[in-house]
Parts: sequence; C-alpha cells; structure tokens
Amino acid sequence: MSGKHVAKNQPKTFIFSSENIKKMKEILCKYPETRKKSAVMPLLYLAQKQNEGWIPLVAIQYIADQLDVPYIKVYEVATFYTMYKLAPVGKYFVQVCTTTPCAIRGSGKIIEMCKKYISERESHLSNDEKSSWIEVECLGACVNAPMIQINEDYYEDLDADSAEKIFKSFKDDSLPKFGSQKGRKGSEPIKQRLTLLKN
Amino acid sequence: MPKVKVDGIEIEVENGTSVLQACEIAGKEIPRFCYHERLSIAGNCRMCLVEMEKSPKPVASCAMPVAEGQVIYTNTEMVKKAREGVMEFLLINHPLDCPICDQGGECDLQDQSVKYGGGTSRYELNKRSVKEKYMGPLIKTQMNRCIHCTRCIRFAEEVAGVPELGSINRGENMEITTYLEKTLDSELSANVIDLCPVGALTSKPYAFEARPWELTKTETIDVMDAVGSNIRVDTKGWEVKRILPRVNEDINEEWISDKTRYACDGLLTNRIDHPYIRKNGKLIECSWDEAFLKISEEVSKTANIGGLVGGMVDLETIFALKDFLIKISGSASIDFRQKDFYIDSSHLCNNLFNTSIAGIDESDLILLVGANPRLEATIINSRIRKNFINKKTEIFTIGDPGEQTYKIISLGDNLKVLKDIENNNSIFSEKIKTSKKPIIIIGESVLNAKQGRFVLETSKSILKKYNSLNGLNILHQSASSVGAIMLQAYTNTEEVLKNEILYLIGADEINIDTKNKFVIYQGTHGSKNAKIADVILPGAAYTEKNGLYVNLEGRVQSAFKASFPPGNAKEDWKILRALSDALNKPLKFNTIEQLRYKMFEFNPALKRVDQLPSIDVNTLGTENVEVIDSKVNYLPIDYYHSNEIAKSSKTMLECKIARQSFKKTGTEN
Repeated sequence: MSGKHVAKNQPKTFIFSSENIKKMKEILCKYPETRKKSAVMPLLYLAQKQNEGWIPLVAIQYIADQLDVPYIKVYEVATFYTMYKLAPVGKYFVQVCTTTPCAIRGSGKIIEMCKKYISERESHLSNDEKSSWIEVECLGACVNAPMIQINEDYYEDLDADSAEKIFKSFKDDSLPKFGSQKGRKGSEPIKQRLTLLKN
Repeated sequence: MPKVKVDGIEIEVENGTSVLQACEIAGKEIPRFCYHERLSIAGNCRMCLVEMEKSPKPVASCAMPVAEGQVIYTNTEMVKKAREGVMEFLLINHPLDCPICDQGGECDLQDQSVKYGGGTSRYELNKRSVKEKYMGPLIKTQMNRCIHCTRCIRFAEEVAGVPELGSINRGENMEITTYLEKTLDSELSANVIDLCPVGALTSKPYAFEARPWELTKTETIDVMDAVGSNIRVDTKGWEVKRILPRVNEDINEEWISDKTRYACDGLLTNRIDHPYIRKNGKLIECSWDEAFLKISEEVSKTANIGGLVGGMVDLETIFALKDFLIKISGSASIDFRQKDFYIDSSHLCNNLFNTSIAGIDESDLILLVGANPRLEATIINSRIRKNFINKKTEIFTIGDPGEQTYKIISLGDNLKVLKDIENNNSIFSEKIKTSKKPIIIIGESVLNAKQGRFVLETSKSILKKYNSLNGLNILHQSASSVGAIMLQAYTNTEEVLKNEILYLIGADEINIDTKNKFVIYQGTHGSKNAKIADVILPGAAYTEKNGLYVNLEGRVQSAFKASFPPGNAKEDWKILRALSDALNKPLKFNTIEQLRYKMFEFNPALKRVDQLPSIDVNTLGTENVEVIDSKVNYLPIDYYHSNEIAKSSKTMLECKIARQSFKKTGTEN
C-alpha cells in the first residue's frame, strides 16, 4: 500500500446539512475561538458520515474554510488517520480484524470470503457497488475472535460459513443480528458459564 | 542562568537555550537535519541525539531545553551508536543516486553519513519510491530522496507565510507536497532549496548545470530591489550559474527573494555586447571610436546634455555621469526618477528607512501607507511577518495593497486618514498612544508630487508627537534611489528631458519622445529605450563590476565583480571616462580608487561601508501642510518583470506564467 487512495470522481460541492451545521456549532463550542482548528477531527468525521462513509476533497476545503486553516492542514489530517476514507466505500463497509488473536482464530478464511463475495481487492467496491472491505488492526473484541465490523456493528465468533452467510445477505439487505454468530451472550464462556458461580 | 557541562567543559548559558545550542557554545558539533535556527523546532530527524547523565535514553538535543546541572556527553559510545542507528534508518529509503543528484558536494546527508554513519546497511528489501511533485518552475523535486525533516513545511508556514506545504499520509508512506500540487504562491519560495538538507528539493533552472566545487564564488550584493540583500554569485567562466543568499543578520538574515535568486539567467541573454549607432534609421554595430565620434559630433552642436540613471546603477557611475555632465555642459542636468516621485531634500532621513531593517523586529505597531512590501521589498516583508508571528503586532494599512503574508487591518484608502490619526480621530491614534515603537512605512505609490509632501509631513508629525521619529520609513523600490539622493543626482526629470542630448544609463522605464533629440543609451540589455537610442554603449551589469550601492536604510554596501562584461562591453565609469577623453574634456580620475576618493570628498557619509548612517533622525523638522483628500493609487508592480535583467530572464517569465495560471484556477469562477 502506498499512501491513501483518493477518489478520482469527486463531487463538485459539499456543504453540511442543516442538522450537521448545528452539530458543527456544538463541536466548535468545545474549543476556544483561537483554537478552533482543534475541531478538525470531529468535523471530518461528521463530513464522512454525511457523505456515505467517505470524505470528498470539497469537504476538506469546506472544513478548512470553516476553521480558517489552509487546505493542506486538513488534508494532512485526513490522509494521516486510517479511519478517514477519501474514496467511496460500500453501503456495507466491512472491516476485517487481522491482528494476532483473530489471525490465530482464522481471520485468513474470512479474508478469502471477502475476496470471493465482495471484491478481489481491498478498498474496492463490489460489482454491485453495495459493499467493500478492508483489513484493519485490532478492533478490541479478541475474546470473540475472529470478528469483523460492518458499518457500526460487530459480528463476532465467525467462521467461513457464517461469514459467507453475512456477505451473501448484503444482496437483499437481510443481515443477521450483530454480535456473536455462535449464539453466546457477550463474551461469556461458549459452553458453560463457571466464573464467579458457586459450585 | 543555568550551568551545564558538555564533555567536561562547564558553560553558563541563557535560559531557554536548547542542549544543542549549548553544545555549539561549548564548541561541539552536533549533526542535525531538521533543526534550523530560524525555524521552529520539530525534533523529528533524531540525528542530534546526545547522552545526558541520569537519562536512560539518548536525548534529542534540539528539543531539550537546558537545565541547571545537566551533564552532557557528545562523544561517547552510546552517542556514536545512536547516530549510526539514526543514519542507517534515514538511509533505508534514500536512493544511492548521489552521482546524478544536484545536491552532491553540498549535501548535509552526504557529509554527515561520511562523518557519523555506520558505513553499511542491513536493509535488504526494496526502497520505496515516491512520485515527483510539482512545485512550480523554480523547485525541482525528487521526493525519493526526502528524509522528512519538514524544514520546507516550517519555512513555508513560518517565514514565507504561505502554509501550502504539508506532509500527507503516514509512516513509510509519508510524502511532502503542496495541496493538490499547486505552485508555491510565495516570492520567497526558492529558499526551501537551500533549506533542504538533501537533494529532494533542488533548483530547477540550475539542474545539472555545475558541481559546487567547479564554481567561483563571489560575495556581493543584490540590486533587484532597494533592500541590498547579501548574496553569493557562483560563476563558471563568464556565466553566472546561480545566486545564493549570504547571512547578514541586519538585512536579509539568510533568505533572498526568488527574483534575486533567479533573475540571473537574464544576464546571459539579450545583452548589448557592442556599441551601436543609428544609420539611416537602423542600429548598426560599430566600434567604440565610431560611437564616440558620433557623440562628439552631436556634442559639438549643442552642449545641452541631460542624464538619466536607471534603477540598478552603482554610485560610481552616477557620480561619474554627474561629473561628466558638469564637465561637458557646465551644469548637472541629471535625475534618477523615472516616475512622478517626491523628494524632500532638506534632510536625508526624509528619504530613508530609518527604523532599519533589523529594527522592524522590535516594533510593536506598523502602519503601511500606500506600501506593498510583499512585492516592493520581499525581504522586509518577511521581517514584518516575523514580527507579526513573534509579537502578534497589529499591522494597519492605508490603501489596499492586496494579499500580504500577514493579517492587515485597513484604515480605508483615503490619505485623509493620516490627518485623522494626527487629530486623534482614528483607531490607530488609540493604538499609537500605547505603542513603544510604532513605525510607518511609506510606499513609492504615494510619494508623488501631489500627495508626497502631505504624506511625509503628516507621518512625521504623527511620529514626532509620540517621540518616535525613528519610525519614519520610506520604502524605495530601486537599488540606485538612495545612492542618487546622497549624491544629489536629481534636479527635475521633466527639465532633464528637455535637453537636446539625452544620456541614459540603464534608464528603461521612462517613455522618451525622440523627436529632435539625440539619445545615448548606455546599458546592459536591449530594452525599450535601447531600441530608440541613436548611440548604444554596452555597459556592465551588477555582477560584472565593482561598485557601491546604498540600500534603503542608507547603508553603503560594496558589490564585487564576479564575472566580466560580455563582448566589447565595459564598466560604466570607464566608458564615461573614455568618452570624456574623446570629447577633449577629460574627467579627473583614472582609476576607480580615484573616482571613489572624489566621491567620498563630495559626500563623506558614503565612506561608511556596511554601516547604518549616523544621522540623528530626531533633528527632522515637520511642517503643517494642507490636507489632501485623495485615494491611494498603487502603481502597478510586475514583480517578476520589474527590471531589464528580470525581463530577459526565462525563469522569471516562467514564474510569471505559473503565477498567472495559479491565480486563474482560484475561486473567481
């Protein structure tokens, strides 16, 4: 990977929705007037949410204008952090954890499924432009490894079959319930709960 | 003041000094890439690691402030190992292309890897490759070589005031770029080439021209504007290959403007290298004798000669011309003003930048009157910005000078405001009351016959009221102006133009009606006025002669000969001397020393080379003058084409085009 992929097809304009303008004002209130450039990260996140999961260049310029900083300063931040996307992502944006615990528990197979059902290459849209996937570092749900994040939900305790089922369900928007796919509650022992129980 | 020990040497340093500076004071060399004394501290190259007692790890000395009782070692095994390690990491992605790199021979990375490097690399994978970036016509990029010291980013942001450079992506993928690869919109942009410690940013016009050890270096001064920046001219044979800044804390620190640096390729083209005379309406190449014969024929008809000198003429030439005119016609009908320009000759301080350039740093309130320092004197603009950054000084302006590199507060564009300030009717009057060192900078745009006197006298009386007459500053635009004033080489331009014979030395801006006139043009380039001349005498450019210049502060500086005039061209004072012989009225000097001796007799102040004038500005008188109710009209400045050398320069033309297209892609549509 060399640098961040910036979309070629860029929208011409970007402006916060009236709801987000309200949110922006709230965010700006948290910082002194002379330090308002500190709001760059929440504003970028807001723009990403508004624009279907990715930040177009016009939004970077729009935010820079709001904060009175040069474009490059916002661009620096947007390219530095991996969670800001500068190219379109799918409606179902799959982040596959491949850090050690997940890798040991078989995240490699999930990657294979991604390649098969979503797209051959990372951060490229699927053929129906409905989904895309990337590899990410630890998402902090190691007890339920391997796991993926789809938009804002965690799908845990996966294996090739359950991953396949999830990816296939993108087509008719019938995603299974998030959480453990093996039916356990939270991170409880998978067979029998023993901890802190009197015996 | 903390006492520290560096390698056993005990020194006492000022509070706030960094460990690196303390080591320098103790005479120890610390290698560094990102640290630069005129930029903020980044601390990201890690090359300046030193060992400090009680610290388990080596410390980055550039970012570590000194504290009482620190014991620092710069030559231990730990330091050596740390430097070798850092060097190895820096070189991991640095290409081994020194033989084809323009920085070779003056490369910090090269020098320091020889001195501090381990000699081998354990890295076996592929080096990364980075796309080249477009940064305009001056800066050639080769971003594979970049070691991410971020000096260029900090320079653009802090000194140049155009925060357009930045580092995108992270880790191994980090790249330095302008936003979407735009030209750097600054008149100081090429200084990043000097700052770059490696060959990532090199000079585009100088690419593959020469190696540093092949060049002859001459330390001289610049004449592109009235600042008199100190420069080093590098020549190979006759050609001026490049111009670099020289450190002078009082004037240009270590920056020079792009025009100073790159107009030098104009010295190679469009040059006048032979005398010419006009025969049947056509300019024909001739010998010096023929040219002189033609002039003496004309002079025998009438002795009414007027002289006009241009913006880049040295003191010796002005003095020689004045002497020459007195000799031939009995009186010196001479002037240097090619535009409507007001001079108050009663006191020299009326015409100087009295605060001095270094003095801008101490000011706490600045008023620009019809001045556009960004284009008129770029180096002074960088000083104002430095003050703005360091002290948050408020900068007011009368008139709209366009975009500056700092925030300006407009007081309107009517000169009447000056009177309001004097009468305490303006926000500025409130500010000046509490200000300790206010300065007023007056541009040439308002120093004209109509407005000049009012602006000057009112500014003086405002400053006098607050006992800070020292803050009176005139922002001259050409290198010869103050010198000509000190030599009293001005009468009245209109009167001068009435003479039957006109002797122009490098005077290219003025429009001349050639009807019934005989025009002698002495200069370096085939300019507008060379084309209308009846006789052209080839002169020497500023890099081709020894000469004195006075900058806008009134500081006399000497320029030295770096190369020689092309073809049959001669140094200007020699031409005048030879011509006076041909006219049988020889001037009374044979060498430049004799000429200077006579000149110093005329004005002994010119003897004080490299010093500020020793005139007490508080002796300035003020007068009450009628209020002038008129707007500030800025004279148009074609920054990249402001003189003949720049106009002949290919690089300056490219800059001009790049800047225009840059402006066009802005938001106006």
